[in-house]
Amino acid sequence: MSANEFYSLHVNGKTMPVQDSWVGESLLYVLRERLGLPGTKGACEQGECGSCTVLMNGNAVCACLVMAATAVNSEIVTVEGITSESTLTDVQQSFVEEGAVQCGFCTPGLIVAVHHLLEKNPQPSEFEVKEAISGNICRCTGYGRVFAAVEATIRSRNEVK
Amino acid sequence: MTVIVAKELTTALTALREHADARLIQGGTDLMVEINFNHVKPTTMISLRDIDSLRTIRRDQPGMLSIGSGVPYSIIEEEPVLSDIPALSQAARTVGSPQIRAAGSLGGNLGTCSPAGDTLPVMFALDAMIHLNTLDSSRVVSIHDFMTGVKRSVRQHDEIITSIDFPIVKGWQGYSKVGVRNAMVISVASTCLVADHENATVRIALGSVGPTIIRCREAEAWLKANHDLSAGASISLDIAGEFGKRAAAESSPIDDHRSTAAYRRHAISVLASRLLRKAYQ
Ligand SMILES: Cc1cc2nc3c(=O)[nH]c(=O)nc-3n(C[C@H](O)[C@H](O)[C@H](O)COP(=O)(O)OP(=O)(O)OC[C@H]3O[C@@H](n4cnc5c(N)ncnc54)[C@H](O)[C@@H]3O)c2cc1C
Ligand code: FES
Ligand code: FES
Repeated sequence: MSANEFYSLHVNGKTMPVQDSWVGESLLYVLRERLGLPGTKGACEQGECGSCTVLMNGNAVCACLVMAATAVNSEIVTVEGITSESTLTDVQQSFVEEGAVQCGFCTPGLIVAVHHLLEKNPQPSEFEVKEAISGNICRCTGYGRVFAAVEATIRSRNEVK
Repeated sequence: MTVIVAKELTTALTALREHADARLIQGGTDLMVEINFNHVKPTTMISLRDIDSLRTIRRDQPGMLSIGSGVPYSIIEEEPVLSDIPALSQAARTVGSPQIRAAGSLGGNLGTCSPAGDTLPVMFALDAMIHLNTLDSSRVVSIHDFMTGVKRSVRQHDEIITSIDFPIVKGWQGYSKVGVRNAMVISVASTCLVADHENATVRIALGSVGPTIIRCREAEAWLKANHDLSAGASISLDIAGEFGKRAAAESSPIDDHRSTAAYRRHAISVLASRLLRKAYQ
């Protein structure tokens, strides 16, 4: 594959052609600027903030550190693809209700990280929640509201059972 | 730029031989930062991400765990590494954040070869062996010969690091790191200590306090000459303190934007004595 060559990515269950790009572009850039998926946010572009968190083959990674053209054989899920429904997920609803969204810039990354955590570990301890979102920086909430939202999600999932 | 996504090791090795300017990329957690900020402008990239043979953990020789260069830290944090090479699991757990650990690898830590690389002191304390392959040859290099300076190693352009062999040592081992906070921190000083109960020896290696990782051979020899180091032995506070001072004396830290040489030396003496106490609790 060479410069400006055409390649395809598998994003949110769809095969999406990437055109007119430079092959060195990050997955973050390609998602936002080439594929019209601006849900994934970018701030630091050096893996420090987690606002670009996406799932790659089921693992939460920083899209800014993935060279998009190397992800041709991977399954990518962005915040847009976290649910196929048109309504909010229970995690998203809890974030809204608990006031865990202030400026909102960190929110998509946190939503992906929290969905990933609860998928792997439905009953995380407080420490496990902290560790799971330790790569997601939020400059507004001070995290208290975020922990409350995670707890509320776990509580409501336990009630449904 | 050309991007080659290899699925087989030979594909990557062939491409590497053909392109004198090619850069390898595994997790991308070091290299993509450089590319995003235009610090490097590779013309050819060879992605190792999809080569399954680099992502295996094997125990083919007794007493040895062989970890593929592409195995991400999130896997190294867990079994079987957690039981066989606990210090490596601990070091892996301190790297960056969950997102970084899901991508970053030992091959990348060795490829970058920073004195702050968290897995390198573990390799130095355990005398790990690095497997390097070219298209038509392979060699095994001791970690002590592999790292030659700050971001320098003996790896040749056409070589790919394929796996790292770690001896499984009976006894106690641990890794401790000092930084400004818990998550996402490059170490200011770090220490790996391995107490080999069978051979009644202690080995200690230091990170971020010199141009390469430092193995404190003199402190190790002093300890062995003066104290019983077999299982069940006890280590007094005084001995641990003296051992810490001797380890720190072998470090050669510098002042930089992250810390001062004096603080780093102090940190090493504390980490070394604490780890020694823990090993013989
Ligand atoms: C936010 C953040 C936090 C970090 N925190 C830490 C930390 O706490 N501790 C720490 O040690 N590191 C840390 N790092 C650095 C990085 O995550 C590690 O060095 C990691 O091990 C790199 O692995 P990788 O697979 O992502 O490497 P890549 O970026 O893919 O490659 C790194 C280098 O190694 C070469 N390389 C990769 N694989 C091979 C191979 N098989 N053979 C030969 N050469 C190879 C590449 O060509 C490149 O030069 C951090 C990075 C970020 C972005
Ligand atoms: S933009 Fe990727 S981690 Fe900050
Ligand atoms: S809500 Fe503003 S950064 Fe988190």
